[in-house]
Amino acid sequence: MTINFFDNDLTSLHEKLVNKDITTVDLTQATIENIEKTDNELQAFLRTNSDEALLQAKKIDEQQNFSNILSGLPLALKDNLATNGIQTTGASHILEGFKPVYDATVVDKLSTVGAISVGKTNMDEFAMGGSTETSYYKKTANAWDHTKVPGGSSGGSAAAVAGGQVPFALGSDTGGSIRQPAAFNGIVGLKPTYGRVSRWGLFAMASSLDQVGPFTRTVKDNALVLNTIAGFDAKDSTSSNRDVPDFTSKLTGDVKGLKIAVPKEYFGEGIDPKVATTVKAAIAQLEAMGATVDEVSLPHTKYGVAAYYIIMSSEASSNLQRYDGVRYGFRADNVKNLEDLYIKTRSEGFGDEVKRRIMLGTFSLSAGAYDAFFKKAAKIRTLLIEDFNKVFANYDVIVGPTAPTVAYGLGEEIDDPTAMYLADVLTIPVNLAGLPGLSVNAGFVDGLPVGLQIIGKPFDEATVYQTGYAFEQASRLFEQRPNIAKKY
Amino acid sequence: MSETTISKSEVAHVANLAKLAFDDTELVQFTTQLDNILNIFDTLGEVNTDGVAPTYSVTDNVNHLREDVADNWHQKQELLKNAPLEAADLIKVPAILDGEGE
Repeated sequence: MTINFFDNDLTSLHEKLVNKDITTVDLTQATIENIEKTDNELQAFLRTNSDEALLQAKKIDEQQNFSNILSGLPLALKDNLATNGIQTTGASHILEGFKPVYDATVVDKLSTVGAISVGKTNMDEFAMGGSTETSYYKKTANAWDHTKVPGGSSGGSAAAVAGGQVPFALGSDTGGSIRQPAAFNGIVGLKPTYGRVSRWGLFAMASSLDQVGPFTRTVKDNALVLNTIAGFDAKDSTSSNRDVPDFTSKLTGDVKGLKIAVPKEYFGEGIDPKVATTVKAAIAQLEAMGATVDEVSLPHTKYGVAAYYIIMSSEASSNLQRYDGVRYGFRADNVKNLEDLYIKTRSEGFGDEVKRRIMLGTFSLSAGAYDAFFKKAAKIRTLLIEDFNKVFANYDVIVGPTAPTVAYGLGEEIDDPTAMYLADVLTIPVNLAGLPGLSVNAGFVDGLPVGLQIIGKPFDEATVYQTGYAFEQASRLFEQRPNIAKKY
Repeated sequence: MSETTISKSEVAHVANLAKLAFDDTELVQFTTQLDNILNIFDTLGEVNTDGVAPTYSVTDNVNHLREDVADNWHQKQELLKNAPLEAADLIKVPAILDGEGE
């Protein structure tokens, strides 16, 4: 049986299971076959776990409990989410062979409602990168053009959804790692408000910035996944105990009276003019539908990249101290003593991008640099938050491009870390301020998708989704399919 | 505004703090790259931050306290399976000091 995810959203798959048109085993088997058909070209998965997935599917069929919309539905997980007994590497050599002894809270929540993970997706090593090319294991292709990058760091999850291999996937976003690959692949990706989703079991990169979030083909699907993974978790003391609303509650298609702010800095230097034109047309569409649109200023935007790379690398250098070859993963051979074991294991086990960030962080936290770099960046972070607060006093959402360009060629940027860092300028302020940010497809430039980013007030994902949904339903861009869709 | 530069020997010092080792070619490459990135960091000097409080976290939580009850996850064997080298139910590592043997 072939099941084409381009023809079926989550609600449609759910109904087919409830009506017994298909079984969970059929659906799981079809998903595995979809991956087998296309992963030679996409390379989205690091590994699949067909046997475990089919076993779980059988159980769901026996129980016939489809009380959650995600019950029995297959998904893919970014390889930095811990899965009990199933290898999880963060796409790093240093964790080769590592099998966590517990599930991440998001994984646990999904499996509790009967959703079935079919595999772990490729990513930049420890989520450090914007093209998935820093993975130790493989390069992933963009779903629309296999010579282009899928974005990153959650490039595997984005390509798997955009390429029709799975109906939804989870990723993580520290500086844009869900929104930018969603933009590059023409799908929907949300970074929730900091604290909305538990980080327990997500490999820590920068603990004050990291969030887990969903990739889907439509806005409604995205809200449905967030409904299940959101909420307080006693295991993550930064998770919020605020109520979790139904995130689909504002999906009416209506944006009349919605107050939209458009920061002039998001259309400044370095933004591809064709990307700017496409995003401006999307904003004009929202205005034509009854939203009010005003230009605003977020004056500290241009300092975001510097502040982010100091804070993120400082937190990461500390978080990554745990990888030392003692308790799990890779351990270097031929060592003289314990100190030598640490140094050789880390030097052989980490790739260059990870080493660069550990070095930057260690430097930024070192005695002579702490005040001028780490503390200064933390103050700039305050100013960036104040910029957002001023705008949100008068507006419901902030919109602009997700990324300055469309997907670039594989191998084109990887040797220029400075250029890669600067490309994060539009997504990282959202992480520094802890806000929710959504990327939806705004249209195409030269056959490649452009992302429309919608930023909301803290914990107001519902209005962010409302805006994205209204645009998506009016533009119906999600009906456009990459060539790979013909393979199913 | 002063311009921060980093020398090869400073990079070697930071590498030592971070428990990383680089050969000479890598050291040259990392010095150039880090120097370029520090140039971006230096732009923060343009912003007057006198009197601005630093933000280290955006969470509005204070502390979630739980009962002070010891919990044993009873996962010693599973955890040991992940260890690269184990012996006698413990994780085995090389000598801490030279000349100690195992």
